[in-house]
Amino acid sequence: MDTMQLSFYDVLRMVIAFVLIVSLVFINAIIMGYMERKMAAKIQRRWGPMEVGFQGWLQLILDGVKIIAKQLIVPKDADRTLFRMAPLLAFTPVVLPFLVLPFSKSLFGRDINLGLIFIIAVSSINVLSIFVAGWASNNKYSMFGSIRSVSQNIAYEIPILLSLLSVVLVTHTYSMQGIVAAQGSIWFCLVQPVACIIYLISATAETNRAPFDLPEAESELTAGYHTEYSGFGFSLFVIAEYANMFTVCAVATVLFFGGWHGPFSGEYLGALWFLLKVFLLMLIMVWVRWTYPRVRFDQLMNLAWKYLIPFSLVNLLLTALIVKCI
Amino acid sequence: MVTKLEKIAGPKHRFLLNMGPQHPSTHGVLRIVLEMDGEYAMAIDPVLGYGHRMHEKMAEGRPYNGFYPNTGRMDYLGAILFSHGYVGLLERMSGAEVPERAEFIRVITAELNRISSHLVGIGAYVLDLGAFTPILYAFDDREMILDMLEAITGSRLTYCYFRVGGVTKDIDDTFIRRARAFIDRMRSRLPMYKDLVTDNLIFLKRTKGIGIIDRDMAARYGITGPVLRGSGISYDVRKSEPYSVYDRFDFDIPVGENGDSFDRYVVRMEEIAQSLRIIEQALDALPDGPVMVKPKKKLKLAAGGCNYTVEAARGSLSYYLVGDGSDTPYRLKIRVPSYSNLSPLPELCKGMLLSDLVTAMGSLDLVIPEIDR
Repeated sequence: MDTMQLSFYDVLRMVIAFVLIVSLVFINAIIMGYMERKMAAKIQRRWGPMEVGFQGWLQLILDGVKIIAKQLIVPKDADRTLFRMAPLLAFTPVVLPFLVLPFSKSLFGRDINLGLIFIIAVSSINVLSIFVAGWASNNKYSMFGSIRSVSQNIAYEIPILLSLLSVVLVTHTYSMQGIVAAQGSIWFCLVQPVACIIYLISATAETNRAPFDLPEAESELTAGYHTEYSGFGFSLFVIAEYANMFTVCAVATVLFFGGWHGPFSGEYLGALWFLLKVFLLMLIMVWVRWTYPRVRFDQLMNLAWKYLIPFSLVNLLLTALIVKCI
Repeated sequence: MVTKLEKIAGPKHRFLLNMGPQHPSTHGVLRIVLEMDGEYAMAIDPVLGYGHRMHEKMAEGRPYNGFYPNTGRMDYLGAILFSHGYVGLLERMSGAEVPERAEFIRVITAELNRISSHLVGIGAYVLDLGAFTPILYAFDDREMILDMLEAITGSRLTYCYFRVGGVTKDIDDTFIRRARAFIDRMRSRLPMYKDLVTDNLIFLKRTKGIGIIDRDMAARYGITGPVLRGSGISYDVRKSEPYSVYDRFDFDIPVGENGDSFDRYVVRMEEIAQSLRIIEQALDALPDGPVMVKPKKKLKLAAGGCNYTVEAARGSLSYYLVGDGSDTPYRLKIRVPSYSNLSPLPELCKGMLLSDLVTAMGSLDLVIPEIDR
């Protein structure tokens, strides 16, 4: 790795990429917030936001303005430093994985040869922020939420890693661009269907989305780890959640659904295919959320330890054997 | 407020968790003090009284018919059923005549009210389990009932429609047409609820075998209504001691097998279907005639006590009134179903996970203002 010989061009490229990515994270939150509300409304036979702009598309921007203007209330006896730090801690790690996401053949922050490992490593820091938020809030419900979140994320990290590894065994590279390039003829969701399903289930749990949204189960824990947060602190958690969703769906797109491959995907047009696939996957997650009840915590753990992990291990083993034999 | 649990300090690793009175799944103002061991609730202490409005005392200070509006404000989901009990009591004490048409209208509106109450109960229960969508479907159906009842009673929630000697307003052809349309629609919707909720794997996993109330426990706590029938005891005031004109209709009492949260849900769903049958029969057999016998200027009852029991949406509801010969009651005692349905909670949920506690409590379908009165 020749990281020491970064040229001026490389640095400039990364700075621009970072600025674009942070804006993408915010825009993504606005788009997903709007899509989620509209889709939930369609599923539930109501209108959803309708007042501001055509079909209420400006609603989320107004909500953003409102939420910035709100006071950040720190509860009594809370750990003030940690309490204020937690939302920022939640936001930072979800931005970093965007740096290595291949939006198209030439549109990416940086293609490092350990891209996949980088994404997994960085996005697991997110758990820490949830734990800090729950601990610092001085609230028993927040504490419950954060403890649930930690055990859930640790449990589901394993099937995610194992299912991604079985793809890596096929491609012989951790580089995101390399994985996409390997899918020129066939998408890996057809080569590795078991890994694909396991990854999608685990990713839902990893992002704390329903039916695995136990850390914020509002009928049990009011709002879980962000019970005490108001204003921008709360909205940073929401933005982080949507960004996290984007990341896991982007990884799914890259590893299983052909990344930027698609008809007429040139140097830059591939980004359209990439975003289309990512948003389709995200909408499926939204669809699931508004359809199913929440599972219980021990059932969630059973699913990970008794089903997903053994199945992904067997899948990995079979993949290794087949790759070795061929 | 110091509860029993707060006085007795448990083992050190246990801690108190205050659930409510403002908590998303205590639906109203129920406060439960839980002694938690991790996520397990080891001791449960419900604290009541946050919605106390002294309805029973209010009855003592006003003429008999001045209490009509209060009845609907105890159980805001089954207002007509509650006023049915009170009006029936006054009629039994005063021997007032009620036209047959009025009795039929009472049954129709009461059953509609029961359906709307069950729809909210089921919707809120599934919401407690984390599914957001079914409650909005249930409210969609309930909206039709509210519109219908609004057209004849004038209000959408706390109806004050029944009077001694009949009902305030006759039902018209529009109402009958809408009621028949509602029966058809609701029957077509019940399979959808089955697909969406009852057959859902996660729902089954969350409710089957959770919060089992066996026959013995149900008898000990005096549980009534769908909760009792979920435990397999076929008791319904409409059948066992029919009031109004319920003895003329053909309907079944759905019962559960295991007495778990799932059975209680299924019993409520089936009761909706049975209520639809009653409404259909009542609409077919609706007699002509007046809906109100002109009442005496001032209702004065003889001294002495009298009891009247009806089947409200959540169980048997009894009014016991002692008169002293004046135009106000000496004492009015109301036995509400939610109170006895809440009382097994500490025994039922001991050692349960917090999630299961929410499930079990939701399946009891409590209306807290009814308990507090």
